[in-house]
Amino acid sequence: MRVLVLAKEDHQSQAGKPPTPEMMAEFQTFNEELVKAGVVIGDGRLYPSSQGKRMRFDGKKRTVIDGPFAETKELVAGYWLWQVRSIDEALEWLKRSPFDAGTYEIRQIMEFEGM
Amino acid sequence: MTELSPAATEAHRAIEAIWRIESARLIAGLARVVGDIGTAEELAQDALVAALEQWPISGVPEKPGAWLMGTAKHRAIDLLRRRQTLERKHEEIGRDIERAQEVIDPEAAMDEDVGDELLGLIFMACHPVLSKDARVALTLRVLGGLTTEEIARAFLVPVSTIAQRIVRAKRTLTEARVRFEVPAGPERVARLASVLEVIYLIFNEGYSATAGDDLVRPALCEEALRLGRILAELITTEAEVHGLVALMEIQASRLRARIGPSGEAILLLDQNRSRWDRLLIRRGLAALERAERLGGAMGPYALQAAIAACHARASTAADTDWPRMVALYDAVAELAPSPVIELNRAVAVGMAFGPAAGLALVDGLVSEPPLSTYHLLPAVRGDLLRKLGRSAEARAEFERAASLTQNVAERKLLQRRAAECTAEGMAG
Repeated sequence: MRVLVLAKEDHQSQAGKPPTPEMMAEFQTFNEELVKAGVVIGDGRLYPSSQGKRMRFDGKKRTVIDGPFAETKELVAGYWLWQVRSIDEALEWLKRSPFDAGTYEIRQIMEFEGM
Repeated sequence: MTELSPAATEAHRAIEAIWRIESARLIAGLARVVGDIGTAEELAQDALVAALEQWPISGVPEKPGAWLMGTAKHRAIDLLRRRQTLERKHEEIGRDIERAQEVIDPEAAMDEDVGDELLGLIFMACHPVLSKDARVALTLRVLGGLTTEEIARAFLVPVSTIAQRIVRAKRTLTEARVRFEVPAGPERVARLASVLEVIYLIFNEGYSATAGDDLVRPALCEEALRLGRILAELITTEAEVHGLVALMEIQASRLRARIGPSGEAILLLDQNRSRWDRLLIRRGLAALERAERLGGAMGPYALQAAIAACHARASTAADTDWPRMVALYDAVAELAPSPVIELNRAVAVGMAFGPAAGLALVDGLVSEPPLSTYHLLPAVRGDLLRKLGRSAEARAEFERAASLTQNVAERKLLQRRAAECTAEGMAG
């Protein structure tokens, strides 16, 4: 199955506190391990929400809202696409990550619908 | 049966997931020490049993992989000692124990060249001394971490068949004294070819299920892709490894589009291309580029990937670069001549230079023995005849094709084609 792993960062990281070189190196090592295990099939980091836009739909009306967005706990800062056999496997991999703050969300992607 | 507490159930699920992640590395590390897959797998299983006993009570350790490896290697040393007492081969076994002790520190064990160990295991499981079926089953078992039941279900054969196949495979490896090694030189080329073949066999069993009601079994495609992606990270300088990954990524990108709403097959040229998986196409094209950048003449997998890429790049079937396709099939036919490739080439010729040119080539293949019972030959012939307006002949071909396929969904598609020809014949 394919899962989307969403990195939801807190206030501080959204405020632009850059990760230390040590953190970056640890992250790199972890990410490499995932790639070597054939787990990562896609990934990306997002710019802060201050550079983002939202569009709200209400009937025919479209409203554009400029960032930054207020709900800091729910802001996605990056994502991974993983190919795993189960949600449990995704959890096991995530446990091994070097992260020490923030929330990470695992969501299964629908595939092979109608089969 | 005793009820498991929620905590124990959770631990069991975690252990299952950890096994999937760790088992290949574990078996590889152990096989390097004890020299054979059978013993290595038993030791790994013992460690798993120990985990199942202890973790639900003690909790999952912080580094579960290292724990399993440490536990298994202690047992490996015990085993080697017992063998020593039994066989009295002091010198040889003494060296084995030394080797095992070097890696007894679980932390250090995990820092060993895991890549080389995994490669050693892949080469062993895919050793040409084994039959293709045995290689496939053993690879899924020791590298994919699949259970015998899961493999049996995937291949629609009885569990006992797979179990026997695996037992026999291990015995054959022991009897043939196959060593745990990463082969070098000309042997490496031949052995790698066998590895790639096994991975592609697994992929194809999933992609074009040869029997049963399902047209595809995505789980097998995913397993093969995962093995291919791992291999491409382990062996970065062999173009064919990337060629195979490219081929599988691009073929897998069409999985969703190959099946209609009622489970019927949709042929490539009739597929809704917006349903192709752009991510897998992108990954496939990148892998193909990696293969091409390594230079040299393109091998059969890279060439087939280039053909798949030709389809992937075209936004409609009509946009396909058919003359390039013919050239690519020419190259494949030269490298690995086969009637099936000739048939595919005939399809490309039909698209590039008209159905009459394609039909002339197909007619030349009708008497080829391996094709005489191959359902795609009459299917292709029917398609070309239909384009030439020869509906009655086309219908007969589709009916013949339908009677030759073992796959239920495919048969339905071919019967529908035949019916369409009848309608066209009456209209025309």
